[in-house]
Amino acid sequence: MSKVLEVKNVSYSIKGTSILEDVNLSLEKGDYVAVMGPNGGGKSTLLKIMLGLTTPDSGEVRIFGKKPEKVRNLTGYLPQRVIFDPDFPINVFETVLTGRYRGLFKGYNKEDKKAVIKALKDVEMLEYKDRQISRLSGGQMQRVFIARAIVRNPKILFLDEPMASVDPEMQKSFYELLSLLNKRMTIVLVSHDVGAVSNQVNKIACLNRKLFYHGPAEHASKGLEEMYKCPIELISHGMPHRVLQEHDHKEEP
Amino acid sequence: MLGFLQYQFMQNAIIAAILVSVACGIVGSYIVIKRIVFISAGISHASFGGIGLGYLLGVNPVLSAIPFSVLSAVGIGAMNEEGNVSEDTAIGILWSVGMALGIIFVGLSKGYAPDLFSYLFGSILTVPQYDLLIMLALDLVIVATVFIFRREFLAISFDEEFAHVVGMPAKSLYILLLCLVALSVVVLIKVVGVILVIALLTIPAAIGKQFTHNLTRLMILSVILGAVLTLIGLWLSYVFNLASGATIVLMLGVAFVIAALLKGE
Repeated sequence: MSKVLEVKNVSYSIKGTSILEDVNLSLEKGDYVAVMGPNGGGKSTLLKIMLGLTTPDSGEVRIFGKKPEKVRNLTGYLPQRVIFDPDFPINVFETVLTGRYRGLFKGYNKEDKKAVIKALKDVEMLEYKDRQISRLSGGQMQRVFIARAIVRNPKILFLDEPMASVDPEMQKSFYELLSLLNKRMTIVLVSHDVGAVSNQVNKIACLNRKLFYHGPAEHASKGLEEMYKCPIELISHGMPHRVLQEHDHKEEP
Repeated sequence: MLGFLQYQFMQNAIIAAILVSVACGIVGSYIVIKRIVFISAGISHASFGGIGLGYLLGVNPVLSAIPFSVLSAVGIGAMNEEGNVSEDTAIGILWSVGMALGIIFVGLSKGYAPDLFSYLFGSILTVPQYDLLIMLALDLVIVATVFIFRREFLAISFDEEFAHVVGMPAKSLYILLLCLVALSVVVLIKVVGVILVIALLTIPAAIGKQFTHNLTRLMILSVILGAVLTLIGLWLSYVFNLASGATIVLMLGVAFVIAALLKGE
């Protein structure tokens, strides 16, 4: 069976400082992986390499066996933060429509517009379609950006710190949305917030320059401890049980 | 009161005001929403090098300013692209080096440059017909380019990284947008001069965006605002015998304050 995503021996450095060292990762259809690690651990860089925005110094990324820039129509992306003028003249519908882009000189057609309506329905934001983008709450805006990411029906969805701008009370419904989407696509979620990983992820990758652990969520605590140099509790959100067991604190030398 | 309209120079000035407002309304909208005001100011100052070159080579400075300002736009884009020079540093360098080159070129050219002042601060009452034709041609290039790339320009202005992810050549498009800024600068030079260009490229769109959230409407509104305010400024400068470029800019400034107060209520 062909892998959805393969990261092979990827290394990357900026001005002699190593950001990523020999990272390997592979995902199969239906996986829902959380890439975790401290700030500055290389998570966003790895994400940019997986999206084909940055070229690694060595190693390669394959999505369905092809280079990321060749399969733009199969990937969806939710950036960590979108910075724009608060008066930016764009509404929710137009924002999501940019996700249907098909190439220079190619306009958006009826099908594209239908897809936008459907994506907005999926994220329960259809009633806001004519609203200027800044006139939304943080959580609503995040849903619109999710719609923009899924409007091209990607096979793999990349999310960069998706919880950063979502109110705590909105997080539960946001996770429900993601697990619903996971039925249709593979999800890669990047987060520095260990507590923010939902109980729905089936894999965890622990990244701090190197990949410390990559595998089923249940066994990830060792990798996280090694990476953060302190014990970690992974608490599932909205569920009465812990994903991982509590560990005793051990001082690192 | 409107007797001045019979003069050829006044008719030219009115045509110039309209041609100018097309460039500043359309490109100015992108400048304001993409927040590239200072890059645009840098390009406009750098284009003074092209004006000096025109004096040195004995060609129409408006023509020699075209390649010069386009090259500075590409230069700012490329310096930033390499990642070694931050964008504001690149702006600072090109801004001052371009002006310095212009001064050296003018100094090297034979004789004396009587209308140099008009390229610095504008002189809408002395725009010759030939320059109007250049301005018209550049306006047409700007309108056509924006029409062809309207989807891409909207997307890169809003979120350049996402535009790249969905397959747009985001960096090339950004440099193309800067080239349009450079062409607008050339359209505007004769009217307000390189130093005041940025007012016309910024203020009409800055007023307009308070009243609409649709890009096409913003462009149309900015063109209308630009034309009306420039014509009022032109008329005031004629009646009170004031420097035309500066009067137009002050008119824009006053309009911005009034709009902000109206909106604030």
